[in-house]
Amino acid sequence: MPVTIETILGVFAHVDTTVRALEELKAKGYHDLTVYTPVPVHEIEDVIERDRPVSKVRLFTLLGGLTGLASAWILTAWSSLKWGLVVGGKPPIGLPVSPPYVVIMFELMVLFAGVATLIGLVMLGRLPQFWTSTSYDARFTKDRFGVAVHCAAERATSVREILRGAGAEEVRA
Amino acid sequence: MTDEPRPRPIAGGAPAGGAVPEPTFADVNRDVLATLGPPGNLYFAWMCVVGLILACGILAWTYQIYFGMGAAGKRTPQMWAMYITTFVFWIGIGHAGTLISAVLYLFRARWRTSIYRAAEAMTIFAVLTAGLFPLIHAGRMWFAYFLLPYPNQRYLWPNFKSPLVWDVFAISTYLSISTVFFIVGLVPDVAALRDASTGWRRRVFAMLSLGWEGSDRQWRHYRRAYGLFAALATPLVLSVHSVVSWDFAMALVPGWHSTLFAPFFVDGAIFSGFAMVLVLVLPMRHFFGLHAYIRDRHLDAMAKLILVTGLVLTYFYACEAFTSWYSGDHFEKASLFWRLTGSYWWALGTMYFCNCVSPLILFWKPARTSPVILYVVSILVLIGMWFERFNIIVPSLAHDFYPATWGIYVPTITDSTIIIGSFAWFFLLFLGFIKLMPSLSIVEVKETLSAPVKDLRHAGHH
Repeated sequence: MPVTIETILGVFAHVDTTVRALEELKAKGYHDLTVYTPVPVHEIEDVIERDRPVSKVRLFTLLGGLTGLASAWILTAWSSLKWGLVVGGKPPIGLPVSPPYVVIMFELMVLFAGVATLIGLVMLGRLPQFWTSTSYDARFTKDRFGVAVHCAAERATSVREILRGAGAEEVRA
Repeated sequence: MTDEPRPRPIAGGAPAGGAVPEPTFADVNRDVLATLGPPGNLYFAWMCVVGLILACGILAWTYQIYFGMGAAGKRTPQMWAMYITTFVFWIGIGHAGTLISAVLYLFRARWRTSIYRAAEAMTIFAVLTAGLFPLIHAGRMWFAYFLLPYPNQRYLWPNFKSPLVWDVFAISTYLSISTVFFIVGLVPDVAALRDASTGWRRRVFAMLSLGWEGSDRQWRHYRRAYGLFAALATPLVLSVHSVVSWDFAMALVPGWHSTLFAPFFVDGAIFSGFAMVLVLVLPMRHFFGLHAYIRDRHLDAMAKLILVTGLVLTYFYACEAFTSWYSGDHFEKASLFWRLTGSYWWALGTMYFCNCVSPLILFWKPARTSPVILYVVSILVLIGMWFERFNIIVPSLAHDFYPATWGIYVPTITDSTIIIGSFAWFFLLFLGFIKLMPSLSIVEVKETLSAPVKDLRHAGHH
């Protein structure tokens, strides 16, 4: 029998009540949560990030940076072999790297790493999304905190109770 | 700003003697949204003035393109003159924004939050202004794409050993990364605008916000990415003006050929950048009534940074003079002597007064929170920093090794008009920005406020 998943949303006005609700939900085994906050809040992050790995964005940054470094090295070395401009009687490329090309390598490393970080942010954050999700409320960019619990339909009542008990000012499906 | 009375921000407004109360989260949204209200006559008057000056600048540029670079007073040895002066000036202005948003972010200087958006916008517009000057200066700017490395049928590639090519890379990277930083910071704020607006505006903001919701997944990656951007941008801030300084320092011209130039330029850039931030933020605070957000302690912090970088700059001036004297190099000494006593002594005097003497008033505590004094000092600093670049470029080129090539530069109406027009271009972009996008970061300002807590017994540790 397929389980119908329901989403229960609790709207909170305070950080401490939100944290209380999250702690209780986690203790009771509800892990499929979405938390909406107008700003990142340490207390809430401490609870929800506790058992999660660190964001993978940094992997994008690393790969982007290395790509930039490598492509700048290839560009400068290859083009100076193609178009030889002898300066001060020095060889066209120095190995492992010609000192003047370090500047280009640094700049392209930062550029590629930055763009890759942006791509990582967009991909991992599942942006852009064309419609806001159903449990989203316009107050979440202002001053309210939201906890959306995705749970089996028959457990909805107990979730509602937890949310209300923790101090939600509004609970809805 | 408007003629009809608009509700003053409750939490904002000029402080009437007493302390300004700390705003709540909802206050931040309301007060920042209020800055995007319909502009009044004063705003349009400013736009007209700025637009007219810009039109003059464009006309002057057209004249220069038609009649050639002689119209700009360029004759050997003065081939760099005011365009490169102003180019370096604008790149320098562009430093404060990313310094505030990246370096101060990594140092956890929380006072940055209320000014960083305006400063970042300033950075981008300043770099966009600076970017015009190599084009104006190059004359035939429709060949500007020659600067970029691209495969072509002549099998030519840029000389990557040249500081001028480094400069192209440094500035384009700086512009790109600053823009990314700026846009990423705007996304959650645009989501707040979307949620507060209706009709076609809502649709536009919905598109621009990329559907941001502030969910834990989004914040998780956002926070991590933001830290990484800051870590990438921090060395970039220091590298850009170092690379610009090497445009000079790598040449053999006396007065330019110095290892001191990179830190000297970076410090000067931060100095002038903060002065420009004050020039933009003080009227913003006044006209938008943002006293609850841009508080006296923010002004105080910026004034202290101006003071410190000003003192460091004074030290560099002393070092510069000392090294040319101590080097024993005849040409270095002659160049310094001529700068102090030759045709441009007045420019050097202006620079010393504006950059070394005028910031000293900021040692006096009341001056650091007085908008009038800060504004005057900032304007003087901007003038001084423009003259600093002038003093590096023009007198050094005027008297180099070979007396037969010595020559004086005299500004013309054409190049002066183009330079004044560049200021108009910058202010036009900034004036447009403050009415289209939140010039105060909604999210970051909230982060510095205490989050709403019900049980106040546990509120202390935030």
